[in-house]
Amino acid sequence: MQLTERHKQYWNINLRITGILLAIWFVATFVMGWYARELNEITFLGPLGFYMSAQGSLIIYVAIIWYYARYMNNLDKEYGVHEGELD
Amino acid sequence: MTTQSTSHKQFLANLKKYYTFYTGGFISFVILVGILEQMGVPNKILGYMFLFATIALYAGIGFMSKTSDVGEYYVAGRRVPALFNGMATGADWMSAASFIGMAGTLYLSGYDGLAFVLGWTGGYCLVALFLAPYLRKFGQFTIPDFLGARFGGHLPRFIGVIAAITCSFTYVIAQIYGVGLITSRFTGLEFEIGVFVGLAGILVCSFLGGMKAVTWTQVAQYIILIVAYMIPVVWLSVKHTGNPIPQIAAYTTALPQVTALEKEFNDKTTVKGAAEESVRVIFREKAAVADAKLKGLEAGKDAFLAEEKAKVAAKVAELKAATPPADPKAVEAAEKALKDFPADAAAAKAAWTKDKGIGARAAPVKAHAEPFPAAGKTPEEVEKNRSVAKKNFLALIMCLMVGTAALPHILMRYYTTPSVHEARVSVFWSLFFIFLLYFTAPVLAILAKYEVYSSLVGSSFANLPTWVSNWAAVDKTLMSISDVNKDGIVQLAEIVIGGDLIVLATPEIAGLPYVISGLVAAGGLAAALSTADGLLLTIANAMSHDLYYKMIDPNASTMRRLAVSKGLLVVVALVAAYVTSLKPGDILFLVGAAFSLAASAFFPALVCGVFWRRANYFGAVLGMSLGLGVCAYYMYMTYPFFGIKAPLWWDINPIAAGTFGIPLGFLGIIIGSLITKAPSQEIQEMVDNVRYPSLDGTVSAGSAGH
Repeated sequence: MQLTERHKQYWNINLRITGILLAIWFVATFVMGWYARELNEITFLGPLGFYMSAQGSLIIYVAIIWYYARYMNNLDKEYGVHEGELD
Repeated sequence: MTTQSTSHKQFLANLKKYYTFYTGGFISFVILVGILEQMGVPNKILGYMFLFATIALYAGIGFMSKTSDVGEYYVAGRRVPALFNGMATGADWMSAASFIGMAGTLYLSGYDGLAFVLGWTGGYCLVALFLAPYLRKFGQFTIPDFLGARFGGHLPRFIGVIAAITCSFTYVIAQIYGVGLITSRFTGLEFEIGVFVGLAGILVCSFLGGMKAVTWTQVAQYIILIVAYMIPVVWLSVKHTGNPIPQIAAYTTALPQVTALEKEFNDKTTVKGAAEESVRVIFREKAAVADAKLKGLEAGKDAFLAEEKAKVAAKVAELKAATPPADPKAVEAAEKALKDFPADAAAAKAAWTKDKGIGARAAPVKAHAEPFPAAGKTPEEVEKNRSVAKKNFLALIMCLMVGTAALPHILMRYYTTPSVHEARVSVFWSLFFIFLLYFTAPVLAILAKYEVYSSLVGSSFANLPTWVSNWAAVDKTLMSISDVNKDGIVQLAEIVIGGDLIVLATPEIAGLPYVISGLVAAGGLAAALSTADGLLLTIANAMSHDLYYKMIDPNASTMRRLAVSKGLLVVVALVAAYVTSLKPGDILFLVGAAFSLAASAFFPALVCGVFWRRANYFGAVLGMSLGLGVCAYYMYMTYPFFGIKAPLWWDINPIAAGTFGIPLGFLGIIIGSLITKAPSQEIQEMVDNVRYPSLDGTVSAGSAGH
């Protein structure tokens, strides 16, 4: 089947949201890890660097996936590429 | 559509009902065992009750889900709702290492152990963003299926099969080891027998019902393992801090006190610090003596050894001849020293090197919350060691994350959801259920440390807490404690704790009855069995579906395919159990190796397969073999087990070999694809098809469920 302009637009939006969420994931993992010693100077539920790696970043991961699923499932409907009515 | 919708809703409602009943039933069972305990039934019987009741339960679910339908056998008929697929993935994912080992690793290594927590959760972001929805849309049976269809030809599929078998087999050995350990510890069965009892439970389940049975069993196993993990931690938190939410209490109440105690232990001017120092002095002296002997041995060889032996013999003679007669215990000790004296120079070197190692126990207490603690003689050396530690920490996280998004037994689970929509939601539930355990493990480590630092240290040897004496009697590698400086009081430096102790002993530390210990053992067993289930099925499917059906005999009948798959399942399980009973090396390294291998072989090919239309056959073959090859080569050259010990590349440890394999895998695909011609129109259309949940408004059923 030939893809329409709308289909291409849908894919570009998908790439954009994937990129943004990936950047957040990168910061929550590698930037936080790199600066863990510096972050430990700040106190939030204990030393912040430790807290982020033990709990904070994990919460961000769960939120990233939750947001992506919600965003994409709405985008599917908006662009008419969703799958019938299953739920 | 509407009839399908109603039946799906009905199915979901029924599932919720069944599992609510099941959870209620399981809790009643635990209460019943608790009552039996109060009536005086011995602990060993209670242990057997937990072992056999849970294995019988899993086998029962497997029996009820028996199937001879290919779609049900391979992908559970693609009707597993997001919530339940999330629980099944959680159980599939969390292995014995997560359940038993994780909190212990964190207890022992503090911040640096968090690489595992981050790596094993953050990887799901990659699964969600790059793989799960697209694989579901593709909708076949295995991961090599995708490689075969996307890149064409047999070779990409074949490399996929080899990689899937290699990493799953490495990983399954670690699981069966866990099964053997738990059954032997809690029931007193032999390790080898424990392995086979556990294996029987796994086999009944996957043999009869394949993915369908494994899925519904894993949901049941998830419920047991999460309940078993949470109860003792919550109780411990209430006991210590009065706060029933350990995930907050540990950071606000326990961690500051642990940090304060660490400082006190390291400060020689305080009472506790001085006591610690008195123990450390003894360790340092022992290490110095051993070091002097090693240097003497180096210089004097066998002559020095003979001289040392003569000294020991002289001491025995002196004690025996002494008037008044020496203390018989001292004579006995001297005679034992003579008897145990190393026979040759090699044995002496080994024994004295071990003695020298005791010097490590004289080191100051590591700060739990400090990232990348490092030691060194000069500030520059400290800085250098610290940057190596930091680099390895981040490299390990990357390998574990990318590996998570490449392990076939996890990716396969997203084939089983009813739609792309459900696949996306299902990754969310997966990580949510995994998160519940993973954000509790660091908390448990802190609470256990608090208990040890604040109440065990400083207590008297005459009156040790019961959990300490119990575990010290059971297993010296888990708990060893001795009054080194003979002051009758416990110092931190006098305690050696094995990581696995933390989870296993938590119920006793919290003062809970034995029934909860049994529950924890059942939880650990559920974690190990569920992961082993998923892995064995992945290996058997790679061989029966990809190798036999797709490559050797494409005309095989359905019945024949299933028969081959089930036969292979038994063979693989027996081989795995046999290899496990040989007790091969370091479990943590095996697990790490599986992740690095999977990450290097699969991730670049899978992601490029979806996101880069231009990726083709040659690129995939080059990228996968380069990634897998470099990763395996680096591990072989640098991991001490293989005996080559080549110098490290940029100080990266062998466990993080994927650091080199992953980028080279991508590079191989890009170069290989660009120097050969673009894939056919047909394949490019398939890529488009995978990118959109539906181009015509229907649910892609794949080839299953019909």
